[in-house]
Amino acid sequence: MEPTVAIEDLRIEYRSRDLGEASKVAVNGLNLVVGRGEVFGFLGPNGAGKTSTMNVLLGFVPPSSGTARIFGVDVREPIARQRIGYLPEQTYYYKFLTAEELLRLYAGIFHIPVAEREARVGAVLKLVELEHARNRQIKTYSKGMQQRVGLAQALINNPDLLILDEPTSGLDPLGRMKVREIIQRLKNEGKTVFFSSHELGEVETVCDRVAILHQGHLKAEGRVTDLVAQHAANLEQVFLKLVGYASQS
Amino acid sequence: MNTIWALAKVVVLEMVRRKDFYVLFILTVLLTGTAGSVNLFNDRSIVRYLKEICLLLIWLSGLVIAITCTARQIPAEREQRTIFPLLAKPVTRGQFLLGKFLGCWLATGLALAVFYLFFGLISATREQHWPVLNYLQAAWLHWMMLGVVVAFTLLGSIVFAAPSSNGTICFVVSVGILLLGRHLNKVALDLAQPWQSLLYGVYFVIPHLELFDVRDLIIHNWELIRWEMVALATLYAAAYAAFFLFGAWWVFRRRPLN
Repeated sequence: MEPTVAIEDLRIEYRSRDLGEASKVAVNGLNLVVGRGEVFGFLGPNGAGKTSTMNVLLGFVPPSSGTARIFGVDVREPIARQRIGYLPEQTYYYKFLTAEELLRLYAGIFHIPVAEREARVGAVLKLVELEHARNRQIKTYSKGMQQRVGLAQALINNPDLLILDEPTSGLDPLGRMKVREIIQRLKNEGKTVFFSSHELGEVETVCDRVAILHQGHLKAEGRVTDLVAQHAANLEQVFLKLVGYASQS
Repeated sequence: MNTIWALAKVVVLEMVRRKDFYVLFILTVLLTGTAGSVNLFNDRSIVRYLKEICLLLIWLSGLVIAITCTARQIPAEREQRTIFPLLAKPVTRGQFLLGKFLGCWLATGLALAVFYLFFGLISATREQHWPVLNYLQAAWLHWMMLGVVVAFTLLGSIVFAAPSSNGTICFVVSVGILLLGRHLNKVALDLAQPWQSLLYGVYFVIPHLELFDVRDLIIHNWELIRWEMVALATLYAAAYAAFFLFGAWWVFRRRPLN
């Protein structure tokens, strides 16, 4: 069976805008496979190359070398994004639109037939518990509500792969719990979830497998239970060890 | 086409929900209403003079709406990062640009329709007749001209980082072409080489926006322009708009988003 995400020897390099300054290598020689129905945690300290990798998967940045495929389709092809849902770290939506209008816009982009569109919009709004505010402009929403609109837009096309960039960042404990519940529900539905997070306790609870990235290199990859058993420590301690913190202290 | 249309609708909705369009409209309505309602001593030439002022205001408002609406689109998408969830969907950069173009052009057309309708009503009450086809031709050509302006402003919004500098440059260029475009070849005759060839080159390359300025059709109630000529002017505008849009896509297709 074709893996959901397949990254082979990926290198991402940013050319410097300043004359004479060397280009910056964000990711080097990354190989990663995410299978169907997995909840995959993508971890690493700031600047490790997580967002750059996600940017390649989403087609924002072309890889300098190597390949990245989603459902067997090169990520440079817009059609590769037909079955993806993406939730950015912060809420970036047209704040002059209502949640309903925003979701209709994205439903239109995914060519969801008009007859199905309203039902789909209603279903995702119900899932993220925003039915009561569906006709209010997004600018009037609280941060938690905006994050939930983000989740709703990521789910509008009933995606088979969800890419979540720090989905619980800035949320209160209740908001975090709700996001976790939604991820769990998606996992039960057989969806693949690829997400980055700094909340290692959360990752340990939710993820099947994790990859730890540091300075553009893959430091570890495997099942959470295996990593924890192998290092005889919890995920946070494993993470700190792999990124070199433990050896410095 | 679905995607382009969906993106265009957002731009139109944005203009409808922003205050700046209404401010400009109310200002123009006030000035047009005041000037258009004056009919001193039943002198027709004064009415014509006032109509000229009112149409000039509509032309200025049209330019301001088209340029400000277009200039902010892409920088705002990048600054507010709304472009990320959008391009994470099956949307190509070409579709994104076409959606923005169509949205700005339709929004400008909507504003023009409101302006011309209001001006037509005021004129009709003063002159007791309303040459609908003249209005239609003048408004159509005006809208086509603004299509070219929207396209080159969109290109400018990718080249220049700040919407204010892009807006100012596009406004100066548009007004410059409208005022001086038709005279460049005559000016070139008086210049020494290589400036003469250079200015001739500019004359032949720039879009002659002034060709679309047929305000006299309404002011002096002139005969209608032949429809073939209107069709030709429409094609001319479409060709220039396509050229600028292609340029915008060429620059934007590999540009990093952040």
